[in-house]
Amino acid sequence: MSPRAGVVPFDLLPPGERPYFDHFGNGLVVVLPAQRPGPSGWGSGGPPHGGAWIHLGEDGKARAFTGKVEVGQGTRTALSLVVAEELRLPLTSVELTMGDTDVCPWDMGTFGSRSMPDAAQHLRTTGTAARGFLVNLAASRLGVSPAEVDLAGGRVRARGKPEAQSIPYGELVKGLRRLEFVPPDTRPGPASGWTQAGHPAGDVAAREVVTGFRRYTSDLHLPGMLHGKVLFPPTYGAKLRRVDLSPAKALPGVVALHQGDLVAVAAPFLPTAVAAVKAIRAEWEPTAQPSENEIVDYLRHHPVEGEDFWDVIHHEAGNVADARASAATSLSETYTTAYIAHAPLETHAVLASWDDGRLTVRMGTQTPFRARDALSDALGIPPAKVHIIVPPTGSGFGGKHASELAAAAALLAKAAGHPVRITFSREEEFAQAYLRPLAVIDIRSAVTEDGTLSAWEFHVLNAGSAAARIPYRVPNQKIDNQPTDSPLAQASYRALAATANNFARESHVDEIAARLGADPVAYRLRHLADDRLAAVLRAVAERAGWDARPSAPGGRPDGDGRGIAVGLEKGGRVATFAEVRVDEGRRLEVLRLVTGYECGAIVHPTNLASQVEGGAVMALGGALYEAIHFEGGRILNPRFSEYRVPRFHDIPPIEVLLLDRPDLPSQGGGETPLIAVAPAIANAIYDATGRRLRSLPLTPEGTVP
Amino acid sequence: MSSSPPATGTRPMTRIRVNGVEHSVALAPDRHLLYVLREELGLTGTKYGCGEGECGACKVLVDGVAVRACQTPLGEVVGRSVTTIEGLAHGEVLHPVQQAFVEAGAFQCGFCTPGMIIAAASLLARNPTPSDAEARAALDGNLCRCGGYLRILDAVHRASVLLSETRGPPP
Repeated sequence: MSPRAGVVPFDLLPPGERPYFDHFGNGLVVVLPAQRPGPSGWGSGGPPHGGAWIHLGEDGKARAFTGKVEVGQGTRTALSLVVAEELRLPLTSVELTMGDTDVCPWDMGTFGSRSMPDAAQHLRTTGTAARGFLVNLAASRLGVSPAEVDLAGGRVRARGKPEAQSIPYGELVKGLRRLEFVPPDTRPGPASGWTQAGHPAGDVAAREVVTGFRRYTSDLHLPGMLHGKVLFPPTYGAKLRRVDLSPAKALPGVVALHQGDLVAVAAPFLPTAVAAVKAIRAEWEPTAQPSENEIVDYLRHHPVEGEDFWDVIHHEAGNVADARASAATSLSETYTTAYIAHAPLETHAVLASWDDGRLTVRMGTQTPFRARDALSDALGIPPAKVHIIVPPTGSGFGGKHASELAAAAALLAKAAGHPVRITFSREEEFAQAYLRPLAVIDIRSAVTEDGTLSAWEFHVLNAGSAAARIPYRVPNQKIDNQPTDSPLAQASYRALAATANNFARESHVDEIAARLGADPVAYRLRHLADDRLAAVLRAVAERAGWDARPSAPGGRPDGDGRGIAVGLEKGGRVATFAEVRVDEGRRLEVLRLVTGYECGAIVHPTNLASQVEGGAVMALGGALYEAIHFEGGRILNPRFSEYRVPRFHDIPPIEVLLLDRPDLPSQGGGETPLIAVAPAIANAIYDATGRRLRSLPLTPEGTVP
Repeated sequence: MSSSPPATGTRPMTRIRVNGVEHSVALAPDRHLLYVLREELGLTGTKYGCGEGECGACKVLVDGVAVRACQTPLGEVVGRSVTTIEGLAHGEVLHPVQQAFVEAGAFQCGFCTPGMIIAAASLLARNPTPSDAEARAALDGNLCRCGGYLRILDAVHRASVLLSETRGPPP
């Protein structure tokens, strides 16, 4: 039996029975034994075993383990920084293992902006406890009390003693095989005392990225590896009636299989695999599919029960009907967003191999533990027989949660007796990966004689409830969301529902302010119920040089306009200012964006600024031109030449304003910074032209319709 | 990445020069440089992003000029010198463009980075001090889905300075 066959993933063993020292050598291991819920309550009801662990080895390095993964959002460096900080180690002495299901703590997945509030907090807590154990070890070695031990740069010494008498951590743990648990009362110190975290830092992987030696899943090769291809239905929902694999099998070295709904091939060379999948004779029975021009009506008539991407909410306060009946002004509008594609630059890639009945899949996934369970189900083997490794991944944006491709590769690898890699072509990526849901949002609002918001009805269809709640004071509210039977495959996306809901709300509030002849910033500040968000709005208005005046219904004579929008989601507070020009031919140019963001104590400011800036660019695409077109169950624009994403010539100056709050818990920065971009631009277009655009993308043809 | 399988007995062989090393590879009209680099020579720093010449992730230097390897038939590089991202640094010393990308923090997922660096190196070789507009125009065929464009432009300008420092003042 191969030694790999007997491996049991750490998270499936009780913490005390995991072979830490056999894997990583002598030293000190500190385990945070329970998944602690984050501040939002996420993670409660989680798994019974460990949330984070750190191994301090004889080489003086700290090996830290988290179930989160790096897909370009910069968490490898950010999480390494907090470990270095709490252990008083140089960043180069921290090795972080992410998302490896054999040795990492169970994790639900890298989504929802949880890496900072959950994983960073778990690692900080574990690191703080580990430092405590190191201090005790040092105290007995040095013959002083723990209070007299100083730690710095990976060395300990008795207070007041010279550097020459300091001892490296590696020597303190020499010969130890000591397992400790994080004491329940462990609390990391305040962020205000940070010397590494919270300060500018480069990415730990920079050198391998710029030299081209970083290996993504699509770059990996194993001995004897075959290339796989899956046969996909020609249209959504088409049923396979008949299939003949023999023309594919006739090609050199081709393995072909048909199992359940899966039809797939593998071949020694990619061109052979492509030819083989084309050679398969398949008969499909299409099912009726709605087209793009009828999709809003279709979704309205196809509600489904149950959850979608977030909790379903039915929130009610006061009495909206009464408030509307007695209102001085009321407004009713509908806002929509399009299906859009994640279009990660690295397409989906998986590499499956078998070793003595145990499956290893290297894959760019945001949910490795969920993938382990899904593969266990699909292949009928216990979860312990599945190992997921997550190599560096060429971005995800919420698009890499699925496991079907991994199951296909695993089945092909089993049938062929060789490792199999499947990489999506760009066309497959657009047409077969799931999309960001289209949203339909109905808002009815009312204001009193003096302009106070009195009623707010917000109903969102298909997109989910994130950011559906209103950050303004409104006494009478009714907010709910309705999942629907989407005809196109849809699932997670960076700032998914929050983008749609925030676009609708911040556009609508702007419409009210314009109707009342109120300045958009002043009107928001008058109603904002959250002081932190108000502070971000004020900071952005000041940086932008906000020109306080109402937007006029006729627009501006010079075609220059400015707009603003705010958002509060996943613990982050954002405000975006946009300045636009609409020329005589109605062509839109975005002249400037300013985004302010506050997410508590900033762990990695260099990366956060990069995330906010990149997020603004991604949001710009969805705001202005990104849309998947479809007809009869077929994606019509599955290429970069037909699906426009932001390029160099599209990018306006973007100013990023980070508001650090070391007194508050750290929140994520990968999603919420996107959500005020689209409404700020829509509001600026209204200011410039008097035209109110209520559908994303706003200007698919480049001009204001 | 449509391309026919490599070396079979009936295919003519040719030699191509990549990063200063000669390789013997099978020649056929539909074989593209990207496939040969990645699947046969193991030079995976050059990325597949779209296969239609729209994203720039596969850019390599051919005689110092950036080309899209997915659109370059193998026959076109016979007798010419190909440099991939792996061949840009001198041993442990990064090429100034690579150094500038590190200093500017000009990547997130890093998948577009090799193509960006190649495009920037090609630009700076013919225009050592590009304006912002010239840099944007030269790199417009390269996609960064993470949205790192402004940092990449910053890196191009830093690289311009680093290159002028290596060259020294004009005589």
